Amino acid sequence: MKTKQEETDFEVRSLDTMCVNESELVHPWWYNFKYAAVGVIFGIVFIKAEIISWFRIQEMFKLQSFHMYGVIGTAVVVGAISVFLIKKLKIKTVHGEEITFTNKKFNKGQIYGGLIFGLGWAITGACPGPLFAQLGSGSLAVIVVIASAMSGTWIYGKFREQLPH
Amino acid sequence: MIETLTQPWPWYVAGAIIGLIVPTLLILGNKHFGISANLRHMCAACFPSNIPFFNYDWKKESWNLFFIGGILVGGIISTQYLSSPDPVIIHPDLAKDLTQFGITDFSGLVPVQLFSFDQLFTLRGLIMMVGGGFLVGFGTRYAGGCTSGHAIMGLSDLQWPSLVATISFMIGGFLMTNLILPYILAL
Repeated sequence: MKTKQEETDFEVRSLDTMCVNESELVHPWWYNFKYAAVGVIFGIVFIKAEIISWFRIQEMFKLQSFHMYGVIGTAVVVGAISVFLIKKLKIKTVHGEEITFTNKKFNKGQIYGGLIFGLGWAITGACPGPLFAQLGSGSLAVIVVIASAMSGTWIYGKFREQLPH
Repeated sequence: MIETLTQPWPWYVAGAIIGLIVPTLLILGNKHFGISANLRHMCAACFPSNIPFFNYDWKKESWNLFFIGGILVGGIISTQYLSSPDPVIIHPDLAKDLTQFGITDFSGLVPVQLFSFDQLFTLRGLIMMVGGGFLVGFGTRYAGGCTSGHAIMGLSDLQWPSLVATISFMIGGFLMTNLILPYILAL
């Protein structure tokens, strides 16, 4: 019998989160290494295309370079075509499971939180993904930025009910 | 081949590969591309403290932690084996602006004159590393995603709330770089 927590688990996990494991299948833990492999490629791209560069982010916000707009723009176009094809052709996962999408509901957090994140993005020159690539590239002090980002998330979780959404 | 790989990669190559990560994760196991949720999973794993927001089965999302683990390893591999011998090219206007604030070392991707353990003991370094990190962690979760989850995954799935979030990210960034950051850098 499912406990109450298990029944509501998807709702809690998806609370203010874009990426949620939508799969119902349970696999041995080492299956997760395939996602680590994809992460490795992502990390290499981050460095080789200088996406994790603090300078590139400043250039983006000063409109001095097209580079970051090109990267994000191309990624969205390729991603959108892929999602369209997956939906249209009803492509399944490698495990034969249906690929599902959940529509996002608008809330004011996307504006307030978005602005706050934007301020932080321009200071640190990194969004959460690049922070980990920066650490890997040998900038060990970035561990402080990551720890601080974790505390920011924790404070949000603590005061979530009091914040306008 | 190796020579091509060690050069900085152009935006259309990087953008295409990042775009392809979206269907790769979906096809590998119905996983939706995103990064910032990892900060939440780490809180849920280490300090849940009876906060409902952190009491969920984070192990079910452990794929996401493997994914950022991979990013970290990718950062190491690319710095060790694929790094370009040439210095990073910076827009001359940016270099000029930064020189005014004493930032003259443009050799790395992360400026050591701003982000290093020594800098933690300066007001400027403290604000940028601790303050900046806090805003990233607080803001992404409040917005429900970061550049990956909203700007790339959300827009790829034509979710309009993600467009709102992405526009907000950009406005915040423009405000900081052009209006506020000069005051912080001057500290």
